[in-house]
Amino acid sequence: MNDALDVALRLLLVFVVFLTFPLIVGQTEHKVMAHMQGRLGPMYAGGFHGWAQLIADGVKFAQKEDVVPAGADRRIFQLAPAVALLPYLLVLLALPIGPGEGAVGQVLDAGVFFVLAVMGVGVLGSLMAGWASANKFSLLGGLRTAAQLLAYELPMLLTAASVAMAAGTVSLPGIVDAFEWWWLPWQIVGALVFFVAGLAELQRPPFDMPVADSEIIFGAYTEYTGLRFALFLLAEYAGIVVLCGLTTVLFLGGWHGPWGADGLGWVWTLLKTAVLAFVVIWLRVTYPRLREDQLQKLSWTLLVPLSLAQIALTGVVKVVIS
Amino acid sequence: MNPAATAALAAAQHGFLSPSGVEIAFVLVGLATLGAALVTVTTRQLVHAALWLVVALGGLAVEYLLLTAEFIAWVQVLIYVGSVVVLLLFGLMLTKAPIGRSPDADSGNRWAALTVAVAAAAALVWVVVDAFRTTWIDLDGPAAGSTEVTGASLFQNWVLPFEALSVLLLAALVGAIVLSRKAKAESSSPPVNARSVTKSSLGVTESSDREGAR
Repeated sequence: MNDALDVALRLLLVFVVFLTFPLIVGQTEHKVMAHMQGRLGPMYAGGFHGWAQLIADGVKFAQKEDVVPAGADRRIFQLAPAVALLPYLLVLLALPIGPGEGAVGQVLDAGVFFVLAVMGVGVLGSLMAGWASANKFSLLGGLRTAAQLLAYELPMLLTAASVAMAAGTVSLPGIVDAFEWWWLPWQIVGALVFFVAGLAELQRPPFDMPVADSEIIFGAYTEYTGLRFALFLLAEYAGIVVLCGLTTVLFLGGWHGPWGADGLGWVWTLLKTAVLAFVVIWLRVTYPRLREDQLQKLSWTLLVPLSLAQIALTGVVKVVIS
Repeated sequence: MNPAATAALAAAQHGFLSPSGVEIAFVLVGLATLGAALVTVTTRQLVHAALWLVVALGGLAVEYLLLTAEFIAWVQVLIYVGSVVVLLLFGLMLTKAPIGRSPDADSGNRWAALTVAVAAAAALVWVVVDAFRTTWIDLDGPAAGSTEVTGASLFQNWVLPFEALSVLLLAALVGAIVLSRKAKAESSSPPVNARSVTKSSLGVTESSDREGAR
């Protein structure tokens, strides 16, 4: 009974995080973008900086009619948002936010592989949406999504492998346990490559060509309305939370901090994740969109060689110090 | 204890008449995987075939998980569901695959394919059953397929096959480069490989790409 209660509590907690954190990131994005661009946006709803506008938006999404185009492949069209969103929920289960067994949804033996594998499944949702919509803009968006995958998947895996080599384990809590402060300069190239590749996976600017609204309307999500469209948006923000959390855990030492008081490790994890999420938003308002072939060039001529060099460096240092 | 006696003892301890929960789940997932695989090769909707393939490959990953081979399971998802199927869908999007049934998706080689498939399946099942009939995995003890165990056995007992596979992949890589270079040299014929098709289809939107951010 106690075990069942424990599992239920953990699942509930992860689910609450999954429902709230992406919304917080979304609201922060609205506000940060507004202030960076010298405009205010909605300021009255709810009083403080218009926070209740988010709830109003949610209600608006829920009220909209759920339209499925006549020519669409109905079932796949309706299934696609779930396929895009659920992987991120599963990934959150494996991310440790503090030391010990109590601060992670589920300890996995091969956590790094689990996280990267399941995140990759989310792409299928975009592809299903792009194909099943029976719309040429959606199809172009789906094509671009798949082409983007060729660019980011390899550097992401290679840099994650570099950290796993450094730590000597592929378990996420194990990696953070093994972390020392000098890993930061040692793995910095890998961290940057991982973060950039992650941005490409999430289709965030400057790598948002699959949803480029000035070219192909909204890519694979063009035909979606109401809640299903909101689910795709939620998947994007949940992806930001997951990517930033993962970068924190793999490269920034998770719950380790300069003034790491016992029991407050989770504050460090959340703080680092929040700072990274801010950087993701910052990049969106700073850089113009790349072209799909420019991303391929960036990936194959810069990111892949850099991550291979990082693996070589990791291997050499590991052999020297052991 | 010698291996033969161990095997006999293991077989005596485990019966087929009182299956455990894991065994029942294994058989059920196996049936679902087989069903998805059958639909994959018989459906006339091309993209549905690719998506049923996802179900079949995911089912295999679950089977690995049930056998405690966690690392293999996640790699299966990463490589097959995350990459191979995505490439397959990418290729399908470049074709004229319609939404709904493809009238010409049937092949005249149906019976030949069925014969080959059944023969291959029978051979594989026979070999596996013959080799592992008396082998039992203790699912309750320490995981027999954890990353550590898998890595140790891969790089101690199975290094030669592992390296041979690497050479095979290298050969495939070189072959792909040779093919794509040949296609470029014959500039009179249109490019047929996926990469150049990607480029030309992306080139359509190139002019509007220069406009600003989203």
